[in-house]
Amino acid sequence: MSGARLRQLAEDWSPYAILPLLALLTLPLMSLSTWLTLTIAGIAMGMMLFLMAAGLTLIFGLMQVFTFAHGAFITLGAYLAVSILGALGTWSTAESWALNLAVLVVALVVALVASGAAGFVFERVIIRRVYGAPLRQILITVGGLIIAEQLMVAVWGASPLPLPKPPSFQGSIILGGAAIEKYRLIAVALGLAVYAGLALLLSRTRVGLLVRAGVENLEMVEALGYRIRRLFIGVFVAGSALAGVGGVMWALYQEQVTRVIGSEMTILIFIILIIGGLGSVGGCFTAAVLVGMVTNYVGFLAPKLALGSNILLMMAVLLWRPRGLFPVGPG
Amino acid sequence: MTEGTLLRLAGVHTHIGRYHILHGVDLAVRTGRLTMLLGRNGAGKTTTLRTIMGLWRRSAGEVRFDGSEIGDLPTPDIARLGVAYVPESMGIFGQLTVRENLLLATGPKGFESARLEAVLELFPALRERWQVAAGALSGGQKQMLAISRAIIEERRLLIVDEPTKGLAPAVIQHLINAFLRLKATATTILLVEQNFHMARSVGDDVAVMDDGRIVHTGAMADLAADERLQQQLLGLSLASHQ
Repeated sequence: MSGARLRQLAEDWSPYAILPLLALLTLPLMSLSTWLTLTIAGIAMGMMLFLMAAGLTLIFGLMQVFTFAHGAFITLGAYLAVSILGALGTWSTAESWALNLAVLVVALVVALVASGAAGFVFERVIIRRVYGAPLRQILITVGGLIIAEQLMVAVWGASPLPLPKPPSFQGSIILGGAAIEKYRLIAVALGLAVYAGLALLLSRTRVGLLVRAGVENLEMVEALGYRIRRLFIGVFVAGSALAGVGGVMWALYQEQVTRVIGSEMTILIFIILIIGGLGSVGGCFTAAVLVGMVTNYVGFLAPKLALGSNILLMMAVLLWRPRGLFPVGPG
Repeated sequence: MTEGTLLRLAGVHTHIGRYHILHGVDLAVRTGRLTMLLGRNGAGKTTTLRTIMGLWRRSAGEVRFDGSEIGDLPTPDIARLGVAYVPESMGIFGQLTVRENLLLATGPKGFESARLEAVLELFPALRERWQVAAGALSGGQKQMLAISRAIIEERRLLIVDEPTKGLAPAVIQHLINAFLRLKATATTILLVEQNFHMARSVGDDVAVMDDGRIVHTGAMADLAADERLQQQLLGLSLASHQ
């Protein structure tokens, strides 16, 4: 195999090595049980970040829309979790895995549908007027975020709302001497399931092919006879719906909901999109887990650096690969 | 409309921003013929093709396809009339496999096996690289894929922008053979090209552009035989570009 081919292979595959490499590098710096706890906590956090960010990477990649309103859909999902778990109080407080899981599924489905519907309205009323106008997109979506947050305050009130986890999701299991929170395992399972579903959708269906092609070259997709506006709406709705699901999971993780629970995540989500490569679902997944792991490792090893660790991570990745780990489309 | 004319542009003007690129283009593409659109760099050839496809909007004039005005139609609707477009950049989706690139250009039922076989016979290299990401193909293979994508379904008009740009002579000869075989199926083709050897080899009709206008139309064979006309229209002779 030629040197150039080997270099190309290393270039293509090296991003995949970054997660195991990070885990291995941190192993000597702490005890095995601490490392295991932090690694699973990081992966779980990454899965929740992925749920919140996955839709936005497609919206950015496909539609080149800079929306700062994504946080509103996360917040909507979080508030809906409060309402659903409150309304189904007998299920959410019962000492029963089945009932606790059922109430979580109901909350996820309601958030999925409601956030998707809200995304549809938002795209039709606001976003479609500002396609191709980045500055106006930023201004109007920041405005949209503020209005949406105030509307939710009108419904759920301004005070933070407690959201205790159902009893079956509380506590930890002991694995190899490490305490692993049960809820984090649920988050990992859901994140993996959503990632697998998205990967299948994008690789095995024509709609998925269209989305992947559109991220690369929208004009050519149109020249093949496809009406991309419909695709835009579908992707925006799916992205908003996923953000709502992420909002449910994040709210239960935080056990408290405020009106800014979603907007507080915006910067972190942008960091994930940039690290992963705009428009790449696989890149978004890898970057979200990377950010989750770095946050947990740095929080333990150097707490004073925790706040800036992800900015530093983004700078390091961009110095290595200026278009992110898995760049999509023309450079 | 002249009988047998599939595409006709009449007095077409196109502006890109504040730049006036096309200054009243008149062009006819006859059914079942391969029409070459020649001209120096910046003459307006690519703008003409993009205007036909609706990728840039004409500011005045008529674009008629099979007698119907298509100048105001969105690009997907023009494509659905049976117009296939291969841009100068080829428009390949690099992250998708060869198979996926072709599949996107088929109808809801997917590949029609006889058609697919015919296309892969035209470009056997694609069969060998069926599941390879298109971004990993060579320049010539990408061009073969771009043309295959344009003909994987039956089209009424094939529009191709500079397919030989940057390709090795052996690959160009392969493309010439492919266009000759396409011509044999009576496919109507509008081809922009700077390679005069290719133009002479495959063209039936020719239109020459300069400064956003058509300045010459006629038979390709006549232009190929008239060195003085070549010098006058293009600034060089075909004989020097074998």
